[in-house]
Amino acid sequence: MAILKVLDLSVEFRSKEKVVSPINGVSFEIEAGEVLGVVGETGSGKSLTAQSIMGLTPLIGGNVFGSVLFEGKDLLTLSDSEMQTVRGIEISYIPQNPMTSLDPVFRVGDQIIEGIRKHKKISVKEAKKLALDIMEQLRIPSPAQVYMQYPHQLSGGLKQRIVIAIGLITNPKILIADEPTTALDVTVQAQIMRLFKEQTIERGISLLLITHDLGVVAQVCDKVAVMYAGNVVEYGEIKIIFESPKHPYTQALIGCIPYMGMKKGSLSAIAGSVPNANKYPEGCRFHTRCPHVTEQCKAVAPAMSKVSNGSLAACHLYE
Amino acid sequence: MDNFLNVSNLSVSFDVRGGLLLRKIGTIQAVNNVSFSLRKGETVGVVGESGCGKSTLARLILRLIEPSAGSVSLNGLDILSLSKKELRKQRRHMQMVFQDPFSVMDPRYTVYRSLSEPFKIRNIKHSKEERLAKINELLEMVDLSPIHGHSYPHQLSGGQKQRVDIARALALSPEILILDEPTAALDVSVQAQIIDLLGELRDRMDLTYLFISHDLALVNYFCDRIIVMYLGNIVEILSAESVNTKPYHPYTKALTDNVFSTDPNSKPIHVLEGEVPSPFNLPSGCVFASRCNKVQGLCREVAPVLEATAEGGEVACHYPIN
Repeated sequence: MAILKVLDLSVEFRSKEKVVSPINGVSFEIEAGEVLGVVGETGSGKSLTAQSIMGLTPLIGGNVFGSVLFEGKDLLTLSDSEMQTVRGIEISYIPQNPMTSLDPVFRVGDQIIEGIRKHKKISVKEAKKLALDIMEQLRIPSPAQVYMQYPHQLSGGLKQRIVIAIGLITNPKILIADEPTTALDVTVQAQIMRLFKEQTIERGISLLLITHDLGVVAQVCDKVAVMYAGNVVEYGEIKIIFESPKHPYTQALIGCIPYMGMKKGSLSAIAGSVPNANKYPEGCRFHTRCPHVTEQCKAVAPAMSKVSNGSLAACHLYE
Repeated sequence: MDNFLNVSNLSVSFDVRGGLLLRKIGTIQAVNNVSFSLRKGETVGVVGESGCGKSTLARLILRLIEPSAGSVSLNGLDILSLSKKELRKQRRHMQMVFQDPFSVMDPRYTVYRSLSEPFKIRNIKHSKEERLAKINELLEMVDLSPIHGHSYPHQLSGGQKQRVDIARALALSPEILILDEPTAALDVSVQAQIIDLLGELRDRMDLTYLFISHDLALVNYFCDRIIVMYLGNIVEILSAESVNTKPYHPYTKALTDNVFSTDPNSKPIHVLEGEVPSPFNLPSGCVFASRCNKVQGLCREVAPVLEATAEGGEVACHYPIN
């Protein structure tokens, strides 16, 4: 059974002049122990999707529609204090930038145990033991020493590990990681991704991994949801989608990523850029950049439907 | 063919000061004894992790930072011995495209005005019509339309801004472009557009590129030769083909192993442990010794120097692979 089910999620921002709706009709689900990648370019709405699941969107003035079912209960209907418990214990969020998500004036150890001390009756001593345990699992060298240090004394990779430790210490069922390695070097990125993989397997945690990096998705995830301009355009098993992508956007996106040993001149760009949420095109939102565009695409938005390889794609080519 | 750009034994170190009296407490060797050369029309990539000195190297070559030692010559002309006035004259031959297209343009200037600046600085007088024609030509060169000349930076997308920055760099018909992570701030689909454009311009205008990036797959795709840097030192220089097939330095190998492939069936990544150490007061010996899986006693004592390889590259390693 799916542990998290996102159904028809939409977000609206209202101002006096107009209503802007950056994401519409986003649906996907995560099984227990599964790694789902949400991939897309800047402005595709992937981070907003994560924030909406965590119930953080109202804080920035957004209205959320649809439902987010976590173990059968709809998170969007919970009160603030109920949601705080969910956020503290059941679902953890790992933000993008480890440099700015730690408080510079507190020791990292105190920041790791803050969450669990708030939500569970546990002594500082016990919490510290738990923290050191997790730090060790995350391969932080000399954890007892790092525990007493301040964020500015740590390297980028270590800071990201601390942020992951904060997320893991309450033993959540779901981890939502928003571009967790964008700020890191390639060799460190590989280390952090290995940790995610190890931890999800060991603890049976589900991971929702938000990233713009298709390489990371291909190597780490079980399933992927490809987002474009606020919609999920293709959704399915990793191997199937990377071997035979169906949606023209997924095809184009994979085609514009250089790989080792790629032949010169074979990189294919997608003309134009991702449309702004203020003025999404009518019909299919990819039609302005799509090589297979027809009159129908300009008028009618395609719905998600099953395609021949078993994944879901929102494209008139396959209806 | 003659070497077009020659960099030899280039070094720069920065003093670190601390304490109440700001006494010197150590040095950071940002670029250490770096030598390489570029042939005319060649595209050479510089790749490495943050803090390896690749951006500092770019700035040293253009003399935006004064080196502590070494020499740089362009077309046989020693750049480092030029007076300020002569240097300004020479700068038109070598231009730089910066990483962040969002901060290189003055937000109060239109694209037209930004693109007029190079001509003003060089005291090239045009009539109004000539200037407009020249700028429209530049815009067209980077696949923008004359309408964009009236735009302000905030009205442009990231990709468009990077195109304007490339047009700015090309305004005075330089011979060499130093590209410092020109696509790092862009989405992959836009990155591919910019890479296409740069390749096209190179062929059309016979440009020489020094392309700095942390993305090995991109450098491998775009460049003829690759310089791999680690902590201010060049550890290997090799052709783009041999990066994949025959790297000699364990660090080059580690970098190729750490590229996340979009093929889900590729073999799992071989993780390199540890992080780039601080460049503050480096120990003697090989800079990569602390993370190298082939490290031996000699590596910690004696720093290896670049030596030629069978494939025409160079490697600085006591115990190279292959």
